[in-house]
Amino acid sequence: MEGQNPALTYFEGAPLRRAVIAFTAFLGGLIFLLAVPAQAAAPDQGLRGTLKLQGQPVNGVKIVVTTEGGQPVKEVTSNAQGAWVVPIDKPGKYKVTLDVKTLPQNAMIRGGNAVRTPTVFSGNVSTVLFALQLKGAAGQPADEGGESSPFLDQAAQLTFEGLNLGLIIALAALGLSLIYGTTGLTNFAHGELVTLGALLAYLFNVGFGLHLIPAAVIAVIAGGALGYLQDRFFWGQLRRRGTGTIAMMIISIGVALFLRYVFLILFGGQNESFAQYTAQPGIEIGPISAAPKNFVAMGIELLVLIIVGFALLRTRTGKAARAVADNPALAASSGINVDRVIRIIWTTGGAIAALAGIMLGLSQNLKYTMGQDILLLIFAGVTLGGLGTAFGALVGSLVVGLFIQVSTLWVPPELKSVGALAVLIIVLLFRPQGILGRRERIG
Amino acid sequence: MSAKTSSAETSAETTMSDRKAAALAAFKDLARDPGVPKPDPILVVDGVTRRFGGLTAVEVAHVEIQRGSITALIGPNGAGKTTFFNQLTGFDTADAGKWTFNGQSMSGVPAHRVARAGMVRTFQLTKALSRLTVLENMRLGAQQQRGENFWRALVPSAWRAQEDAITEQAEELLARFKLDAKREDFAGSLSGGQRKLLEMARALMVKPELVMLDEPMAGVNPALTQSLLGHVKDLRDQGMTVLFVEHDMDMVRDISDWVIVMAQGAIIAEGPPDTIMSDARVIDAYLGAHHDAPLSESELEEQLHQAEAALEAEIEEETQK
Amino acid sequence: MDWITIISTTVKSAIGVETVLYALAAIGINIHFGYTGLLNFGQAAFMGVAGYGLAVTVTVLGLPFWVGIGVGLAAAVLLALLLGAPTLRLRADYLAIVTIAAAEIVRLVFRSVQFRDVFGGSDGQRGFSDGFYALNPFPEGEYGIGWFSFNHRLLWIMLVGWVLVALSCGIVYLLMRSPWGRVLKAIREDEDAVRSLGKNVFSYKMQSLILGGVIGSLGGFIYGLAYASVQPDVFGTETTFFAYTIVILGGAARVLGPVVGSMIFWVLLVLVNGVLSEAVQAGYIPFMTSIQVGPVRYILVGLGLILLLIFRPQGIFGDKREIAFDVR
Ligand SMILES: Nc1ncnc2c1ncn2[C@@H]1O[C@H](COP(=O)(O)OP(=O)(O)OP(=O)(O)O)[C@@H](O)[C@H]1O
Ligand SMILES: [Mg+2]
Repeated sequence: MEGQNPALTYFEGAPLRRAVIAFTAFLGGLIFLLAVPAQAAAPDQGLRGTLKLQGQPVNGVKIVVTTEGGQPVKEVTSNAQGAWVVPIDKPGKYKVTLDVKTLPQNAMIRGGNAVRTPTVFSGNVSTVLFALQLKGAAGQPADEGGESSPFLDQAAQLTFEGLNLGLIIALAALGLSLIYGTTGLTNFAHGELVTLGALLAYLFNVGFGLHLIPAAVIAVIAGGALGYLQDRFFWGQLRRRGTGTIAMMIISIGVALFLRYVFLILFGGQNESFAQYTAQPGIEIGPISAAPKNFVAMGIELLVLIIVGFALLRTRTGKAARAVADNPALAASSGINVDRVIRIIWTTGGAIAALAGIMLGLSQNLKYTMGQDILLLIFAGVTLGGLGTAFGALVGSLVVGLFIQVSTLWVPPELKSVGALAVLIIVLLFRPQGILGRRERIG
Repeated sequence: MSAKTSSAETSAETTMSDRKAAALAAFKDLARDPGVPKPDPILVVDGVTRRFGGLTAVEVAHVEIQRGSITALIGPNGAGKTTFFNQLTGFDTADAGKWTFNGQSMSGVPAHRVARAGMVRTFQLTKALSRLTVLENMRLGAQQQRGENFWRALVPSAWRAQEDAITEQAEELLARFKLDAKREDFAGSLSGGQRKLLEMARALMVKPELVMLDEPMAGVNPALTQSLLGHVKDLRDQGMTVLFVEHDMDMVRDISDWVIVMAQGAIIAEGPPDTIMSDARVIDAYLGAHHDAPLSESELEEQLHQAEAALEAEIEEETQK
Repeated sequence: MDWITIISTTVKSAIGVETVLYALAAIGINIHFGYTGLLNFGQAAFMGVAGYGLAVTVTVLGLPFWVGIGVGLAAAVLLALLLGAPTLRLRADYLAIVTIAAAEIVRLVFRSVQFRDVFGGSDGQRGFSDGFYALNPFPEGEYGIGWFSFNHRLLWIMLVGWVLVALSCGIVYLLMRSPWGRVLKAIREDEDAVRSLGKNVFSYKMQSLILGGVIGSLGGFIYGLAYASVQPDVFGTETTFFAYTIVILGGAARVLGPVVGSMIFWVLLVLVNGVLSEAVQAGYIPFMTSIQVGPVRYILVGLGLILLLIFRPQGIFGDKREIAFDVR
């Protein structure tokens, strides 16, 4: 066969080779940039754990590790993130004792037993669990009732937290959804843009000693710039070659793997937090108690979302972006510069994903997998809303965030993401095109 | 099922011209009203509606398709012809409505069952299976293949004989559609017109009673068009019923026995091909309702040709994508 | 640098347990993605439910080994049904997201404290492989010549693994030359066209999902038996992505593609890993620590996936005209 069909003929790689070189160079620069605060990673064999009381880390708690026979191995105290790690040379059974006297006044171990006997397997880090709870709150955590219903109080608190999470997801989801809508790319590397924002802010904040606010501004700008460059020198080139959407999706998986482990090498496997605003005392507003940073963060998130939403609805570029997302071919033929619109979307998408990362780092911890961990929730938000619709992504993300937090009223917190993902699957059963999506035309 | 046997019997004793004559005779004294009952309908549609948001794409009150005839479905772009096909063949779920094929209810029946029942459609934008060879494309169309069962597929001897028979049948059809030289090529390497031919030939492998063709001639060059027209006429002469969508009025006039006109989702007129275009409702639909004064014959021709040229340009554009 | 160790581990990895289990996972994905065009990003979950099915049956319920295998296979089929029912009517990209989400659900449930009694939390389960090694026909000892030798346990699991790989390839070969395989390939090209020809597309996609899932689940058994343990995080999304890389490396929609791909994949990874760690230890690469060598393999896989899809989407040996998915 002569291969007259465009779908089967092959293509020249020259412009693309350039793209790959550019991409590698860009990553090289990134490595150089991030190499400064490189830290030792977690041990590859040992014991570890994290102590938390009502979601807040508990530090300064003494943990004693001995062999099964009682031979002392090591004593450690939990750090500011509530985490502790004990590297262990020889696999086997060990005894881990939590020194109850070093716990905060109001805290106790659920069940009362302060000794665990975990087994360390070769090449594995085993997690040792000590669940902490408030003294007096014997069984149900919501037992200490005030005047108003504790259940409703907790629901209000969780709704607040869910909103916070939902807004963060929405920031990331907006970019993902617009990129999908305009280029057809299901970007599995979007989570890494989130991580990148957080880690860049950490670099300027902790590495170079800037205050978090200017560091965050720089990180957001850098995130936008990287979004731009990524499209200019990588995805844009692939599009020009006519790379299929499924091929691009798998390429994005490669990019995600690549970036994630570059982060691991440069940043390390541990949890970190920013230099400022980490341990803020909570304030109470009605039934809701939260650190002031959370209120400010939510304010910023809302503001950014409103600005982006407004821009999409009102500005020329925003309208053009929605037109392109709706029908690229038609938009192009009506005189819209599709490439320019896509580049703007990538830039904005990169910047707000970076912002999402910083906000996530503020309310939780910084880790090289933070983007990966939230990616599925971003996808859930985008998919729930209907792939490719900007406002669908907003609605979907808020639903996901709220659902995750509020579901902890009934679901154990460690399984809260399970609930959200299950809801995603169930919604798709009844509305395969998502909440705001459209059915595709056949024939 | 009795309909099937009777048509098989008649095909044995009648000649080609008899078929056309029979079809024309059936339509002879019919009224020109939309939804007029036919003497021997194979497909009867009632109240089919499909809305997309605020747009009502299809709203067909009643229509019947005469068995053994070639019926054309025409109408301006966006009239809802393709959407109507999608509803009837189970590719999209209608918001309301009932329809029967050979007296058997087909509403809500999934697409593959509709095809198995003997009602097979082709697509406006051709769906060749690009990375399968032309011959494999054809073989796929055959029904009740033993080798399509998972367990029997593992035992080649269970399906070899049937496969050979299918191949023979496929090659006959390919020869008829002048595609036999391409039998080992990937379908993706065929030209646009050849793909149309392949899609039609593949649909015939199903051995359907009713063939529904969505713009079979769009993008096909004039020489090939002639042979395609011949093939469509052949289908009727072999006892099949054909319902096809077409914008080119010359072709409609050439091969169809009856014409149904759709506009804005509804059937607005029916009639024989040579007079349908002079129907006032049809002119309104095609040219817009702003012509108060009746047009002269020549003016009408002129306007129609312009409209057709515009349509053709559009189709050309569509297929070149 | 200890070249003998590097070379011996590399050569052994060409036929090692890792290669076998990823070949099985990849054969499954090849059926899904290469032949049917289904983007199943949840293959790790199929391996997981099989491994855990075996482990839990034997350790928690105290039932014999063969029952465990039966439970594992049944769990894989059940997962395919559960996963397929809502997703097989969706567009390819939705399917990818939903399957990856489902796989995460499975993993999170396995590692949850809530079900620690059953699945063993993040430490997983162990101590269920005795029944398998009791069947070992090889007496205790080392088999092979010089450094190219394996102990009796490894030899047994590798033998079983390669027999399973051969069987799976045989089945794929027979099926893909049959009318059944033709329907699958046609679905990959355009499922609406297939529907219009009277084939029940949903049913075929489901059959494909089950078959590929069950073959992938064999990989889960091999993992559990070879390492005598299962941990939840082994069955994470990265395992699925490794298998995808293998399929594309060997050439999608080719019967032996996944096997060849898995061999090349692991030889390369083990070689790079060996050279790098030796070099770091010998102080040739001053800016790296030995802890950083581990992540390098993922970086290489990521980079490899990108470069493969851009420059050789048909795989190393593939014919570019027969490439099974739309590169453009
Ligand atoms: N999936 C869909 N979603 C929204 N609107 C649709 C969809 N499918 C069709 N439509 C609309 O329904 C109307 C009828 O479309 P249809 O394709 O049936 O027209 P047609 O008569 O086949 O036109 P043509 O002659 O150009 O092929 C059009 O206005 C079209 O935009
Ligand atoms: Mg149409």
